[in-house]
Amino acid sequence: MGRGNSGILVRDTGFRDDDWRGEFVQWSGEEDHSALPDLAALDVENTASAEDIVPLFERIALIRIAFPSHMDGRGFSLARHLRLLGYRGRLRAAGHILADQYTMARRSGFDEVEIDPDFAERQSEEQWLFRADWRTHDYQERLGRRQ
Amino acid sequence: MARAFRPCILTANDLIDGEVVYLAPDGAWTRRPVDARLFEDEGEANRSLAAAEAQEDAIVGPYLAAAAPGGHLGPEPVHIREVLRATGPSNYCHGKQAGS
Amino acid sequence: MYRYDSFDREFVRSRVAQFRQQVERRIDGSLTEEEFKPLRLMNGLYLQLHAYMLRVAIPYGTLDSRQMRQLAHIAERWDKGYGHFTTRQNIQFNWPRLKDVPDILDALADVEMHAIQTSGNCVRNITADHFAGAAADEIADPRPTAELLRQWSTDHPEFAFLPRKFKIAVSGSPVDRAVTRAHDIGLRMIRNGVGETGYEVSIGGGLGRTPVIGSVVRDFLPVADLLPYVESILQVYNAIGRRDNIYKARIKITVREHGIDAFRERVEQRFRIQHKAFTSAHQALLKRISAMFAAPAFIEAPTGAFDAALARDPVFRSFVDTNLHPHRNPQYAIVTISLKAHGATPGDATAEQMRVIADLAERYGHDEIRISHEQNCILPHVHKRDVPAVHAALREADLATSNVGLASDIIACPGMDYCNLATARSIPIAQDIATRMKERGDERQVGDLKIKISGCINACGHHHVGHIGILGLDRAGVENYQITLGGDGTETAALGERVGPGFAADDVVPAVERLIDTYLVLRSDEDEAFLATYRRVGMQPFKAALYPDTVLAAGR
Repeated sequence: MGRGNSGILVRDTGFRDDDWRGEFVQWSGEEDHSALPDLAALDVENTASAEDIVPLFERIALIRIAFPSHMDGRGFSLARHLRLLGYRGRLRAAGHILADQYTMARRSGFDEVEIDPDFAERQSEEQWLFRADWRTHDYQERLGRRQ
Repeated sequence: MARAFRPCILTANDLIDGEVVYLAPDGAWTRRPVDARLFEDEGEANRSLAAAEAQEDAIVGPYLAAAAPGGHLGPEPVHIREVLRATGPSNYCHGKQAGS
Repeated sequence: MYRYDSFDREFVRSRVAQFRQQVERRIDGSLTEEEFKPLRLMNGLYLQLHAYMLRVAIPYGTLDSRQMRQLAHIAERWDKGYGHFTTRQNIQFNWPRLKDVPDILDALADVEMHAIQTSGNCVRNITADHFAGAAADEIADPRPTAELLRQWSTDHPEFAFLPRKFKIAVSGSPVDRAVTRAHDIGLRMIRNGVGETGYEVSIGGGLGRTPVIGSVVRDFLPVADLLPYVESILQVYNAIGRRDNIYKARIKITVREHGIDAFRERVEQRFRIQHKAFTSAHQALLKRISAMFAAPAFIEAPTGAFDAALARDPVFRSFVDTNLHPHRNPQYAIVTISLKAHGATPGDATAEQMRVIADLAERYGHDEIRISHEQNCILPHVHKRDVPAVHAALREADLATSNVGLASDIIACPGMDYCNLATARSIPIAQDIATRMKERGDERQVGDLKIKISGCINACGHHHVGHIGILGLDRAGVENYQITLGGDGTETAALGERVGPGFAADDVVPAVERLIDTYLVLRSDEDEAFLATYRRVGMQPFKAALYPDTVLAAGR
C-alpha cells in the first residue's frame, strides 16, 4: 500500500486539498497486477521502468512519482518517458520538490505537485504561484520538443 | 581508533558578503582569527558547532578548523588551507593582507 | 555572431528576476542553504574560500567589444578590478557580494550574457574551438551547433538535477582544439562518404579523479538528429547514472560500468521514441542561427605593412612566430593575446586590459573576441596590415607576451588560493615556472610545450592532458605536487603517465627544469617537440632525471 493522501496539491492556480479519494497501490514492477482495481492510483518510485507500466495505462487514473530529494531529477525523465509512451492519465510529482522546480515538473508532463503541509508552510503558495507561468520562456518548446 | 581531539576554532563564511568569519568568545562572528575563541574541549566545540549550524540567517557552512594557541595575539590556523583563508590569496594583496 | 531575439532577452531577464527572488527567500529564511545551494549554483554562484564567486558563461568562447567592456565594468563596480578566464570558456569574478549578484546578472543581461548553468548538476556552458569561423583547417563552424545546444540545454526540465555535471564540446575541424574527447559528450563535425555534414559523437570522456578518453557512440549522426539523440543520451544517463557515490556519478563511470555497447543500445532504444518527439522547428532555428555566424565582410588590402614590420622588428617577428595562427583568408591572421605574462596569474585580465582588448577588436578585428580553454584571448579576424598596430597597442597594455604554446603559456586552475575544493595552490607554481623560463631565456628554443597545473584531483587545470602535467595534493597538511608526462588534449589525445613520487612546492620548478634539460639533450633535432621526443624515447630517461638516486639504487 502506498502513502496516504494528506498532502497539499500544487496546481497552476495555487494550493488545494487532495481531491483523490481512492487508495494508492505501490508499484513494484514485478508482481501480478491482474487484481488491480479499475482506475486505480499507482505509487511509483523514480527508478521504475516506464515500459513496464505501459500494459496498465488503460486501467490507471493516476500515477504518483516519488521525489525523495530535490537533488534527484530522475522523476522528471520518468514522467517524460511515460507521456511519450502514451500515458494520458493524471500524473503527480510527490515529495521534496521546490517551488523553483514547478516549471520543470509541468514541462516534463506532470499535472500537479504534492507536498507535505509543513513544507508548504515554508514554501508559501505565493512562491509557487510566482513560478506557475510555466509555459513562457520555454526553449524546448521553441525547438519543437513536443509537450 | 577515534582521532584525538585537537584545539580548534569555529569558522564559516558570512551569508551576505561571503567573507571568512570566526566565532569569538562573546558569541559574535569576527573576521580575524586572532579574535576567535579557541576550543580546547571537544564537547564544547561540538555544541558550538551545532548552535552555529542553526544560524543560517547569518553564516554559511560552519566547521571546526585546527588551530594553535598562537602568541599573545590569539589563535592561529594550522592547515595551509586555513592559513590562506585567514590571509587571502597569495597572488594578489587584497585588503586583508594589506591590513595585516 | 549570435544576437538575442526578444525570446532570449525575456528569458534571461526572467531568470534574473527569479534569482533575485531566490536570494530574497534565502535571506528571509524561506529557503535553507541546502535548498538555495543548487539554485545559486544553477546561476553560477559558488561560495569559495574567501568569498562568493560568480562564474559567467562566454558561450563557445565568443564575445564582442561591448560584452568585454561590460565584463570590465562588472569587475570594477562589484569586484576587485579583474576577472579570471577559465579552461571552460567562462570568466570568474572572485569577490561579489550575495546581495549584488542579481544586479550583476542584470548588467550581464544588458549585453546578452548570463551565468546560467555554469555550475550545478546540469548541462554546463557548451564549449567550442576558439578558432571557430576563422581557422584555415575548418570543415564547418561549430558555433551554430553550440548555440543550438545552448538553447536546448537551457532550463531543460529533465536535466537540471542530473547525477552530476555534464559538459559538451564541439569541434568543427579535424584538428581538435576543443579537447572533445575529454568531455561527457564530444561532437566532431565530419563529412560522410556522400559529402553530408554530421557529427562523430563520443561520450564518457573526462579528466578528474578517473581520467578517461571518450568512446565513440555514433560514427555519423546526421545534423537533423542532433537534439533527439543528445536528449536520448541524457535520458539514459539521468536514469541509470549513479547517485550513491559522487565520485562514480559522471557518465564516464556509467559507460564503463555498463559497457559502451550496452549503453549505446539503451540510447538507440530511447532515440527510436525521441526522434518522433521533436518537430523540425530546431532545424529551422539552426538555419537562422547559422546565418548569424556568417563570416564578416573581409577587407581586401595589401599586406605590405605586415611584411615590412616582420623584416624590420625582431620583437614583432617573435610575436608573429608564437601568437599568430593561419586564417582561412590568406590576407588575415588569427591573433592570440596571451594572458600569461611571465609571473602573472594565468588567465587573469584587469578591467583596463579588457577594455584594451575590446578597443582592438572593435577597431581592427571585426568586433570579435574569443576566449580559449587555454585561458588566452583571441582576435580571430585581423587583417595582416593591422597586426603591427595591434601589436604596438598590446605592448602598451602589457599584453604582448610572445609565448603562446611555449612553456610559460601555462594552464592553471585557481587552486587553493581561491577554490574550496583545492588541495594545493596552482597559481604560485605557474608563476614560478614562467618566471624561471624567462630567466633561462630559452623557451623559444625549447619550443612547443604544454604545462598544465591542477590544484586538486578534479583536474580543472587539465593536467592529465599536459605534455607536463602537475597535480597539487595535500600530504598531511603540506602541499605536494605529482608530475605526469606525455598527456595530449588534441586529436591524438592521450593521458599523461605519472613519473613517480610527488615534489614539495619548492622543488617543482627544478624538477620541471630537469625535464626540459633532458628533452633538450634527447631531441633528435630542433624540430622534434617535447611530446614527440617523449613518445620516441619513453618515460625512462625523464624518470632518471627526476629521481637520480632511486633509479641508481634500482640499477644496483
